[in-house]
Amino acid sequence: MAESENIVAETAEKIFADLADAQTINHDKQGAWKAPLWQALTEAGLPLSWVPDDLGGSGASLAEGFSVLNVAGRHAIAVPLAETMLAGWLLTQGKIASPEGEMTVVPASPKDRITLNADGSLSGRARGVPFAKDAKHFAVLASGNGGVSIALVDAAKCRIESSTGLGGDHNDTVALDKVQPVTTKPAPKSFDQTTVMLVGGVVRSLQIAGALEAMLDISVRYSNERVAFEKKISKFQAVQHNLARLAGESAAALAAATSAADTIASATSLDTDAVFLEAAAAKIRCSEAAEKGSGIAHQVHGAIGFTIEHILHRYSLRALAWRDDFGSESYWAVELGKLVAERGADDLWPLVASR
Amino acid sequence: MTAALRFDPIRLPEKCEQLRKEVRAFLAEEIAAGTFDPHAPNREDNDAPEFSRRVGAKGWLGMTWPKKYGGQERSFLERYVVTEEMRVANAPTRRFFVADRQSGPVLLKYAPEHIKMDILPRICRGEVCFAIGMSEPNSGSDLFAAKTRATKTDGGYLINGTKIWTSSAHIADYMIAIFRTSPPTKENRRHGLTQFLVKMKQPGIQVNPIGQITGQFEFNEVVFTDYFVPDDHVLGEVDGAWKQATSELAYERSGPERFLETYYVLTELVRAVGKNPDTRSAEGIGRLVAQVHTMRRMSVSVAGMLQAGKEPVVEASIVKDIGTVWEQQLPHRVRDLAAFVEETATNRETLEKQLDFAIKTAPKLTIQGGTTEVLRGIIARGLGLR
Repeated sequence: MAESENIVAETAEKIFADLADAQTINHDKQGAWKAPLWQALTEAGLPLSWVPDDLGGSGASLAEGFSVLNVAGRHAIAVPLAETMLAGWLLTQGKIASPEGEMTVVPASPKDRITLNADGSLSGRARGVPFAKDAKHFAVLASGNGGVSIALVDAAKCRIESSTGLGGDHNDTVALDKVQPVTTKPAPKSFDQTTVMLVGGVVRSLQIAGALEAMLDISVRYSNERVAFEKKISKFQAVQHNLARLAGESAAALAAATSAADTIASATSLDTDAVFLEAAAAKIRCSEAAEKGSGIAHQVHGAIGFTIEHILHRYSLRALAWRDDFGSESYWAVELGKLVAERGADDLWPLVASR
Repeated sequence: MTAALRFDPIRLPEKCEQLRKEVRAFLAEEIAAGTFDPHAPNREDNDAPEFSRRVGAKGWLGMTWPKKYGGQERSFLERYVVTEEMRVANAPTRRFFVADRQSGPVLLKYAPEHIKMDILPRICRGEVCFAIGMSEPNSGSDLFAAKTRATKTDGGYLINGTKIWTSSAHIADYMIAIFRTSPPTKENRRHGLTQFLVKMKQPGIQVNPIGQITGQFEFNEVVFTDYFVPDDHVLGEVDGAWKQATSELAYERSGPERFLETYYVLTELVRAVGKNPDTRSAEGIGRLVAQVHTMRRMSVSVAGMLQAGKEPVVEASIVKDIGTVWEQQLPHRVRDLAAFVEETATNRETLEKQLDFAIKTAPKLTIQGGTTEVLRGIIARGLGLR
C-alpha cells in the first residue's frame, strides 16, 4: 500500500493494539472488550470509512479502507468493522445516508435473493449473514420489476435465526417477510448482486491475507521458543520447510488480495473482466491459502495450538470461516471458469497479461 | 511482525503495452513464416540461430544494459513483457535466454572493459549462446563442494575436471563457470572458488550430450583437460565467488519463466473444453486461472520492486518455490480435467501430446536453477529460523 494510505491503517493498527490484544480477548469470556473497541473505532470514523461526509461518514478512499481491512485481518477482530464498512459503501452506491452503529450486508451469498415487492416492501431469506445478530441496520440489495435497488432496513423488523460460524462470530439467517425499509433507492447502472459479492469477496480476501500474516508471525515465534529433542523446533529442517510453505501461502494471499483491492480502488467501472478476474481470483486463491496456511500453523504449534486457551484459533478458524462469505472459492472458480471458456482459449493469456 | 513480506500491487507501465503489441506481432509473423509451432513445445530443435538474430535486431536482447554495450537502457518491466510473451508463445529462446538473463549481467558487473566491449554487443545481436557451469558430478545443490580445479600458470589458469547437467553446452559459445582456485578454509567452506569466463569449442573441452527423460538432449557433461583460461577471463575476486551474484539471483528466481513453463496445457484445455464447460471443468479451470494470475501478480511485483531498487530476496525465492511447484502440478491437474473432454474436441490429439511432454518435463522444474529444498532453506533464513 502506498504511503498516504498508511495514516488511516496506522490509526486502526493502534486501536487494535490498545483495545484488541489477542491474549486479552481470548481470556475475556464475557466479551467486555467489544464495547470500548467499537467506540474507539467509531470515534476514529473507521466503520463508515467508505461513506462520504455528506452521507454521514468519514470519506476515506477505497484504498485507505482496504488497508484498514488488511490490518483488521491481522488482528482477527470479532466486531463487525468490515461488515459495517461494506454496508456503508453499498448504501453510498444508492446515495442513502448511513446511520450510526453496527451494520451488515444482506444477502451475503450469491445464491440468495431479496425481492422488492410492488408495495415497496422486501421479502426473502439470506443465510450466512455475518454479524446479523449484532447489527442495528442492514444494507440490502434487492431486485424487483424496476430492476436492482439498494435499501436501508431496520434490523429489528427482520426475523433473525441466530447461529455462529466456524470462527465463533455470529453468522445468521435473516428472513424478511414484507419488511418496509427505511429508505429504498435504485442501484447505479450495471450494478447488481455480483458487484456486491465481488467487492465483499475482496474484503474477505484482505482479511484472510491479514490473518495468514499473523499466523506466520506467531508460528515463527513459537518455533523459535519451543524446545524438543533438546533444540528449538525451528532448527528442524522439516519445520523450516513447513514454515517456508506457510510464508508462500501468506505471500500469495497478500499479493492476490492487494492486487484485487488496488484494481477496485482505481476502477472507473466495476463491470469489467479485469475486476471480475482480480476479485474472483483473490477470493479463490486466498481461500486456498487459508486452508493450507492454517493447517501448517496448527501443525507447527502441535497440541497447544488446538487448545481454546491459545490464540491461534482466533486467526485460523476465522480465516477458514471467511472463505464462505460472499461466495466460496468453489463458487467463484466455476464463475471464473465459465468466463474464461466463454472468452475462449486464445483470449486467456491476453486477459491474464492485462493485469 | 517477524517477517514483513511485501508484494506491492505493481502494474506494468503504459509503454509496456505498446511493446507487448510489437512482440506479439513479431511472434505472429515468425509463426506464420514457420519458424516455430506454438502448439509444439517438444520440438527437437529448440536452437534457432536465425530467430535469435532477429530478436536481437528488434533490440530485445540485453535491453536493460547500457547503450555503449549494445543495450537499450530500458526497464526491467519492459524486459519482463518480452520474456513472458516469448515464453507463452513457446518461442525457441534457447540460444539467447541464458546470456540475456544471467551471463550478460555477470559480465557487466565483473568483466574487464575490453571483454565487455567484445561480447556484450554480440549478445545483444543474438549472435552468441551462453552456458552456466555450476554443477559437478558430486556437487549439485551443494555448490561449494565443487572440485574442478583452476591451477595458476603463466598468464592464466589450467582447468581440469568435469561439469555436469550443463544446459546448452553443446551449442554454447561461452560458459561462465566456477572453478576451485584454493581449498576451502576451516572458517569458511565457501572460500576458494573463482568465477571464470570460458570460451567453448576449443581444444581441451569435451562436451558429451546426456539424454533426458523427455527425449531431448539439452544438457551435457563438460570435461576440461588442461584447458587454458587467460588471466583477464577471471570474473570478480579470486577465491571470492561466494560473495558475488546474490542480488542478481532475485531476477533469476522471480521471472515469468518460473511458472509458465507448462502453461500451454492450460490454454489447450480451455480450447478442448469449449464455450460451455460442465461444472467440474469450469471449477478446475477457474482455480488454475486464479492461481496463475496470482503467481504472475507476485512475479510482476518482485520485478517492480527490483526496478525500484529494493531487494526482495525472500519474496523472489517464494516466487520460484511456489511458481515451480505450480507449473509442475499443472499438467497433472489439466490431465484430471482432460479426462472429461468430449471425444469430438478437435484439438484432443494436440492436448494429449502436450500433456505427455509436460508430464515428462515436470520433474525438472523444481530442481533446475535451485531446488525447492534449497529455496525453502533460503526462505527459512529470511524468516529468522536459521
